Amino acid sequence: MRNFKSLAFIITSAALLAACKTPVKLNDTPVAERSVPAATTPPASDRDVRPVETGTTDPLDDPKGVLANRSVYFDFDSYTVRDDGKPVVENHSAYLNKNKSRKILIQGNTDERGGTEYNLALGQKRAEAVRKSMNSLGVSDSQMEAVSLGEEKPKATGSNESAWAENRRADIVYQ
Amino acid sequence: MKKITPFLFGAAMLAGAASHAQLRVEIAGVGSNQIPIAVAGFADESVAPAQVSAIIKADLERSGVFKVIDAGTVISETSNVDFGTWKGRGADALVVGSVQKLADGSFDVRYKLLDTVKGSQLSTLSQGVTAKYTRLSAHKIADDIYLKLTGARGAFATRIAYVNENRGAHDYRLEVADADGEGTQVAVRSNEPIISPAWSPDGGKVAYVSFEQRKPVIYVQNLMTGKRTVVSNQKGSNSAPAWSPDGTKLAVALSKDGHYQVYSVNIDGTGLRRLSNSNGIDTEPQFSADGQTIYFTSDRSGGPQIYKMPASGGNATRVTFNGNYNISPRVASDGKTLAWISQRDGGFSLYAMDLASGQELRLADGATEPSFSPNGKYIMYATKGGGRTGLAVVSTDGRIKQRLSTNAGNIREPNWGPFMK
Repeated sequence: MRNFKSLAFIITSAALLAACKTPVKLNDTPVAERSVPAATTPPASDRDVRPVETGTTDPLDDPKGVLANRSVYFDFDSYTVRDDGKPVVENHSAYLNKNKSRKILIQGNTDERGGTEYNLALGQKRAEAVRKSMNSLGVSDSQMEAVSLGEEKPKATGSNESAWAENRRADIVYQ
Repeated sequence: MKKITPFLFGAAMLAGAASHAQLRVEIAGVGSNQIPIAVAGFADESVAPAQVSAIIKADLERSGVFKVIDAGTVISETSNVDFGTWKGRGADALVVGSVQKLADGSFDVRYKLLDTVKGSQLSTLSQGVTAKYTRLSAHKIADDIYLKLTGARGAFATRIAYVNENRGAHDYRLEVADADGEGTQVAVRSNEPIISPAWSPDGGKVAYVSFEQRKPVIYVQNLMTGKRTVVSNQKGSNSAPAWSPDGTKLAVALSKDGHYQVYSVNIDGTGLRRLSNSNGIDTEPQFSADGQTIYFTSDRSGGPQIYKMPASGGNATRVTFNGNYNISPRVASDGKTLAWISQRDGGFSLYAMDLASGQELRLADGATEPSFSPNGKYIMYATKGGGRTGLAVVSTDGRIKQRLSTNAGNIREPNWGPFMK
């Protein structure tokens, strides 16, 4: 393949050089040029390989899979995992039980109302609720760290009930 | 319990010298029985980068304790003063002085405090300062005036730490400024939140909580060298650092045992020891001034309430009983007054309690994160207004209130530093 191209290059260059030496003979067609079309369209080789991407087989990386949901929401002034959060806890617990080398941070959050440090403690309570639920499903505490972001990293900005509800949350973050 | 009187904005005194301040001070409400004091321009004070007499006037006005009379003239500390004239203008005291630029580029700031009633000298000071700290020399003169005329130590030369944050830009700064909000210096700049700064008793270090490791971790930073150490990075959350009065230990709140409890740790991170023991949240520890007691917030009885226990740990006793949400205890340096945040009627208010009598005083509404001035006369706190968070100061008797505002960012988490040598 490579030799083929080199040969074509040499022939083409020779033709161009010949043309330069004889600028006035415009109607003359260099003889060598006739062999060029064969060289520029090489036949498909039976040694060519077309690669195929399968993507990762880790379900954690599937944006449409159940593990893509990593947030557990809480009611106002509540620190227990709601029914709608249980599948999230179960799915990630199953994954962590199968993948013992994977570790997660569980980050608890609160809405903006109240004191900074007390909110940090309340966010911790939410993270601990998720940690305990996962622990009861067999996930080792060595794979989990429950921490709090309190009111410091709100997902939703704004001082209204929908923003506050969005921020009463614990997030599972893989490390 | 007494609710504070609404402030008369018409009677507000504005601190004229703070026009280019990064934190603007507005005063609403005045104290009764103000001491009338005349402040003269200092001779040759224009040679220094800061106008010393204007800073003294602003400090005295902001305290609410003085009625400042602009002398309208320049008087050096060496001039002969006609006391009768000043007495006639209603001034009980007169401040005079001068600023001299020395050959090495530093400044000699001199002042005299005169009693116009007795016709005598009450105090005099001479300070050699670099250009950068001429502001500080003015604050020190104001402190001296406050001490001589009220008997209490002034806090004008102290500093404050606070967090200046712009969440949209992921810009979080721990800043240090003079108590009047001027002379801002950045101590920490981070892309992640910083909370709960706490000055060491010697004023040289600040403990704080940083989220740079995606979780709260406690650091202590030497302000002069910028050197910082991790004091607590236990599994889980690490927060709410509070210095012991001797500066050797921090009381902290950690979740390492599965829920927030109060611990003590040496400032080098060694000697971690659990102090509180409950099934609920125990957080926000604060040492009493004598170091014998730790006040803290606990939800062991349901909602958060303030408790106290021996500094070595042990049985806790409940301190607050009114309302269902009482947090953020702070004790005044004299050990007599407790300030805290209470949620009543929906909003969060700053309260003070006389610990001996249990008498409560509502000081301000829309308040969180209180911090006492080192002389116990004022409480700084974070307050929300116009969608932004700023700082405000209220006198412990509730009569004088100031708001420190800025043009950009959210200012929160104030902590008032100690007296410095």
